[in-house]
Amino acid sequence: MAVDTPHAATGRPMDRPDIWGVVVRLTDGPMRALQRMLGERRMPYVFLLPNLAFFTLFVFVPLGLNLWYSLTGGSALFPSQRPYVGLSQYGFLFDCDSMLDASTCREDHFWRGVHNTLFFVAIQVTLMVLFSLVTALVLNRPIRGRGFFRAVYFFPVLLSPVVVALIWKWILQRDGVLNAAVTMLGGHKIIFFVDPGWAMFWAIFVSIWAHMGFYTLILLAGLQAIPKDLYEAAQMDHASPWRTFQRVTLPLLWPNMIVVIVLALIRGVQTFDEVFVLTGGGPGTATLMVVQYIYETAFANQSQNFGLAAAASVVLGVVLFVLTLLQLGFSRRKAGA
Amino acid sequence: MSIATALTLRRGRGRLHWTDLASYAYLLLGVVLMFGPVLWLGLSSFKTQAGLLEFPPSLLPTSQKEISVPGYDKPLPLFTVTLEDGSTKVLAQARRIGLQAQMIDPAEPTKVIRVALDKRVPLRETAFAWSNYTEPLRQFDFLRYLGNSVFVTVVATLITLLINSMAAYALSIYEFPGRNFAMLGIIGTLMIPITIILVPVYLVITWLGLVNNLWAVILPGAATPTGVFLLRQYMLTLPRDLIEAARMDKASEWQIYARIVLPLSLPALAVLAIFSVMWRWNEFLWPLAVLSKSESYTLQIGLNAFQGELQTQWNYLLAMTVITLLPIAVVFVFLQRFIVAGIANTGVK
Repeated sequence: MAVDTPHAATGRPMDRPDIWGVVVRLTDGPMRALQRMLGERRMPYVFLLPNLAFFTLFVFVPLGLNLWYSLTGGSALFPSQRPYVGLSQYGFLFDCDSMLDASTCREDHFWRGVHNTLFFVAIQVTLMVLFSLVTALVLNRPIRGRGFFRAVYFFPVLLSPVVVALIWKWILQRDGVLNAAVTMLGGHKIIFFVDPGWAMFWAIFVSIWAHMGFYTLILLAGLQAIPKDLYEAAQMDHASPWRTFQRVTLPLLWPNMIVVIVLALIRGVQTFDEVFVLTGGGPGTATLMVVQYIYETAFANQSQNFGLAAAASVVLGVVLFVLTLLQLGFSRRKAGA
Repeated sequence: MSIATALTLRRGRGRLHWTDLASYAYLLLGVVLMFGPVLWLGLSSFKTQAGLLEFPPSLLPTSQKEISVPGYDKPLPLFTVTLEDGSTKVLAQARRIGLQAQMIDPAEPTKVIRVALDKRVPLRETAFAWSNYTEPLRQFDFLRYLGNSVFVTVVATLITLLINSMAAYALSIYEFPGRNFAMLGIIGTLMIPITIILVPVYLVITWLGLVNNLWAVILPGAATPTGVFLLRQYMLTLPRDLIEAARMDKASEWQIYARIVLPLSLPALAVLAIFSVMWRWNEFLWPLAVLSKSESYTLQIGLNAFQGELQTQWNYLLAMTVITLLPIAVVFVFLQRFIVAGIANTGVK
């Protein structure tokens, strides 16, 4: 393979025997012809084209189609074969005597999903933000081996949800190591995943375990960006540590806190994989989340109820949209202040 | 001094304060809680099927020691036996009859000693059941899943790097009508995760005839707003004189992108490459929806199917989980700095 000579004008060669060099040499002819044909001013559109084509095909078109699906019925996949049914999918989803009680709804699985997800998000986000904050504060102190400890909290973020769920499933199984500890302490074996309360507890616990490192990292970056002289000034003024935390740390960390809270909310609402592999949504529907409902309604059940799944995902999309607006609103206010 | 000291102090004041101790205690608890489960997975993955069924479980993978004794076809299991006179001796068990075992001393294999079952304890040694790792390769489609995952990860990452860097190049180096609109459109897609367009993306894939094809997993996520954003921010900082000089030198726009901007953007490309590898290797919901034939499964989907089918074969399942985890662990150990910096700078994962 050819070794490139340094480019005369730039002096910035890719000075390895590289495949990329060959690719560029082969593609430059056609691209040059294209440039001659379109003119230099239109070249940025050429560079944008592949990306926008992907976005169009896999995001923008589906976004429109999703609405159409939610307004049509039947089990056909192709939109042209689906009869228009108006808002009846939404009507079906929202047909409840009381939205607070899933068993009074016609589509009770959806509402159980909604309730479970809301409960899950409320607890999970609160605890995760709290633990992330404490961990970030501890990691921000002058401790030995900070890099190591940071890595320890962070690494589960990179694990796949399936791996995370299987790790914990193995620990929590009937004859697992946790039950060994329980019996050693004189208790009885607990079969965690047949008890609705325990199943939800572990779903929340495992998802915090898997994700808190990410939020810790963002908060830690925020803490490290706070100028040290502010703390020195506070100390000169004999401000109590608690007051310093309230008046210096918290206000300056607030933008990061908002990012963390909203991101956690947005991700929490979409919770699926870990919980799905860990509990399968069970026992019964005790840990069934909205996304699992959507997935199963569209793909897993025999019914292939694409319309209903699309309607549910439009509802989820609206929730996500509102959360994003919330974030934008907060950051706008911050910019205005 | 109060607990709040722990919250605000940034510099140690010489002596170890109780808040320092509390911090270390918290961190050590964290190490146990975060590392313990993975370590436990690793140790358990080397246990035999029988070893896994033990309760309470032993820490290290163990197996019973065995010995070959002349006159017996199979190696005999060794036990520590408490004899009638109270002394203990290591004996091999020839056979079991009811509540008694016929034991023999390996030193004199002809003499049979009868021992009550409760007087003998299995003699254990640490042993790693490597077969947990080798068997699934032969028995199941594990190697195929692994191949599929590698293919998806590598190809998808290459495509992502190429098309996202092209878009970022256009959006950072040029002024052109519609630039802000394009930027807005791309950032806007951040708000539309695959979870809310699952059905129509499935339709598009069906249109393209790609259901159960690995390209169905690769294509939808190839263009990422995160990637464009990350690369664009970096390219904005590149010196413009270089580009002007190259243009004077009659370099085509494509050459400027490929020979100047791209090589200079390697740090940002590296971060995106790491992210992309993680995303693709770990992706679950979309492949689960679009891959229904086992020959096109990725590792994650295969693993999930396994845990449904092979409830009892935890030994294989655990070993495969370890293999699935390994590439990410390697990436993490070597590239931790980049990942941490990338997340801290962009706030994305």
